[in-house]
Amino acid sequence: MGDIRNSPYILEMVDIDKRFQGVHALNNCSINLKAGEVLALMGENGAGKSTMVKVLTGIYKADSGDILYFGKKVVFKTPKAAQIAGISIVHQELNLMNHLTVAQNIFIGREGKGFFLDEKSIVRKSAELFERLGVFIDPNEYVKNLTVGKQQIVEIAKAISFDSKVIVFDEPTATLTDTEIDVLFDIINELKSKGVGIIYISHRLDEIKRITDRVTVLRDGELVGTKNTAELEIHDVIHMMIGRVTYEPPKQTSSVPEDAPVVLEVENLNSKDVHDVSFKLHKGEILGFAGLMGAGRTEVARLIFGADKRTRGNIIIDGKAANIRSPHDAVKRGIGYLSEDRKRFGLAVDMSISNNMILASLNDYTSVGFINENKIATTSNEYVDKIDVRTPSISQIVKNLSGGNQQKVVIAKWLIRNCDILIFDEPTRGIDVGAKSEIYKLMNALAENGKSIIMISSELPELLRMSDRILVMCEGSHTGTLPIEEADQHSIMTLATLNSSINHTEEEIKQ
Amino acid sequence: MNIRIRRFRLESFFALGALTILCIIFSIFARGFNQWATALNIFASSYAIGFLAIGVTFVIITGGIDLSIGTVMMSSALIGGFLYQNGEGLPLWICLIIIVLIGTAFGTLNGLMVTKLELPPFIATLGTMMVAAGLGSIITSVQSQRFPAPIGDSWFTRTFFRIDNFPVGAIWLFSFLIIALIVLNKTKLGRYTFAIGSNEEAVRLSGVKASNWKCIAYVISGFCAGFGAIFHAAAVTTIVPNTGQGTELQAIAAVVIGGTSLKGGSGSLTGTIIGVFFMSVLRIGLQGMGINAASQVFFTGIVVIGAVLFDIQRTKRANQVRKVKPVVQKEK
Repeated sequence: MGDIRNSPYILEMVDIDKRFQGVHALNNCSINLKAGEVLALMGENGAGKSTMVKVLTGIYKADSGDILYFGKKVVFKTPKAAQIAGISIVHQELNLMNHLTVAQNIFIGREGKGFFLDEKSIVRKSAELFERLGVFIDPNEYVKNLTVGKQQIVEIAKAISFDSKVIVFDEPTATLTDTEIDVLFDIINELKSKGVGIIYISHRLDEIKRITDRVTVLRDGELVGTKNTAELEIHDVIHMMIGRVTYEPPKQTSSVPEDAPVVLEVENLNSKDVHDVSFKLHKGEILGFAGLMGAGRTEVARLIFGADKRTRGNIIIDGKAANIRSPHDAVKRGIGYLSEDRKRFGLAVDMSISNNMILASLNDYTSVGFINENKIATTSNEYVDKIDVRTPSISQIVKNLSGGNQQKVVIAKWLIRNCDILIFDEPTRGIDVGAKSEIYKLMNALAENGKSIIMISSELPELLRMSDRILVMCEGSHTGTLPIEEADQHSIMTLATLNSSINHTEEEIKQ
Repeated sequence: MNIRIRRFRLESFFALGALTILCIIFSIFARGFNQWATALNIFASSYAIGFLAIGVTFVIITGGIDLSIGTVMMSSALIGGFLYQNGEGLPLWICLIIIVLIGTAFGTLNGLMVTKLELPPFIATLGTMMVAAGLGSIITSVQSQRFPAPIGDSWFTRTFFRIDNFPVGAIWLFSFLIIALIVLNKTKLGRYTFAIGSNEEAVRLSGVKASNWKCIAYVISGFCAGFGAIFHAAAVTTIVPNTGQGTELQAIAAVVIGGTSLKGGSGSLTGTIIGVFFMSVLRIGLQGMGINAASQVFFTGIVVIGAVLFDIQRTKRANQVRKVKPVVQKEK
């Protein structure tokens, strides 16, 4: 083609088709983007959002279809070519070099001519970029010293330094705190007002309402539709994404009987990041852990599990002091920990589903050291069916599963070990809406069957929907515990932002 | 299980194919390659490196490295030989057991340094490499040590090297390989070895004492070095102090040629043994073609680089095919 048409769009992707070895990843998908607009690109994991973006930026080559950029047909052979043309991505996983400074990161590969570096000029240019974004970050600071939120802003600065006309944000808020999200949205609005077109990928439905102008939804590699955000309700978007309605209201009352026995008691737990945390967990209870990023919730979980060393404090299981010094001790006493970072701490991603599932209970599948593969296969198949892991076979390498299915494999690992106390740390992070509700169902079923669950989550609606009680932390201290009847976003946030020097008892909070 | 077995067979198939092609080339171009004597030479030069490579495969699959195996082997053999000659009539078989124990002790030392003191494997085993070399020289006062030569009815060489023209050592090596294969693929130890290489922290957080299992991998490596020392002694009969440096690199090269990833988490012992013979065939074959020792090293280097390049390309290709669509899409 190559014709210049009179189009309101700065970017059009028309009938993009992409297959991977028989899998139809994108089936004639089209999206378009106006200048100064935020377009949400939504869909479950595996719906084709990332593939679409990768086709746009030249990481993948489309099998058919055209990309029109300012009305001209373009093909980018490399991400660099796309970047130079003015199309940048801010990736979910930040691609920054921790040991270089902010300025060095932004101008990596563009240090200028000559053998010697002109550090001053890149520092000056970086400062100008941050000024344009309306934030202050020291260009001479090392990236490793910045918070994730600031690192992301550095990525954005890098994107605009190419004078980008189109910026793709791939799940930018997944690891940000609420304040950082506000800053990010200010920046996005700023970019909008300068005429930059933004493609915004996110799983968080509330953000879509807040920041985007239009929504394009993909499902299973096909275009479901594009609608104006103003005309959409959240459940409409969910419906478009999964083809069914799954919205569920918060829990009204605790489902734990008054006289449920205490299975886990933590007394005055202390470490570098945790100060005097005490609580009780009852049989069949889901105890939510709320708090802002860095409140010390994961740290508490790791102390209970023996993954880190506690400086002080007692852990009492079923009324008996449990001398937990390592994960080995914790597992022996029936505690299972599902880490917030599955790939790093939960799974051997290069191994098969069955090998991962029995990793914590291999002793039960060996006799005199020899592994009983048949027994492993029987159990693995049983759990694949039981918790509905979607896979062609139990020998599938875990790396190739979607986030939701990976999480199910980790859950299966602890169920096979027959753990009675399960700590779910951000169980639905990076998991699409459909799989999320399956994880919720699974957790509820576990609690009904007498398992006790600690659920750490940064998503308040999720905590409110799942928990029987909610424990709130702030800066390493336990600031209060709310029965579900009294918990709402407001009461939780109040406790989560309390100064750590004031310790509130449950009675004080109730007043 | 299917995928793992299929992949494993494919890897071995490639390596075996390359080995076959190499043999065919040499049988055409190298003088006297198709003789039993050549085969005996190839076997003889494979024993020591073979045992070392089998042992270090375990360590490499955990994601570590063992640089000490070469000098540990030489040092064990030297000390054993010293005891045999100066041990006031100490029977040879006891000396042989001591040789294996010395190797195992060095392996244990490596394992403890890596797991308890948390030293990087490269540094810990580099240190042991020097310590072992030094210890061998100190104890023997830098004198060569002799084992019974293959004359008369020496049971030593007849048991561990060859009987007339039959390579007994090969029987040992392959029996040892089969045991190692069973340990690596059928036991808990083997499964944890792979799991640790894939993600050690996840293994630890599954309640497994990962560091203990990792330590065992180094012990195995040391044990194999000690065991290999016996066969080395039987093959060369005279052990010279301050040798052995570089043997470990040949063993590691064989492991890499065999398709085991230095990143850990994947690897195969069948591949390792093919790698060992690939290097031996290359060395003996090049000798047969009248190419000097320096050029042999040169070509071996090229083969190692080529093998790794090939492996990377193959993994890349394999990764492109890895997009699997779920089969069951349940409608709720």
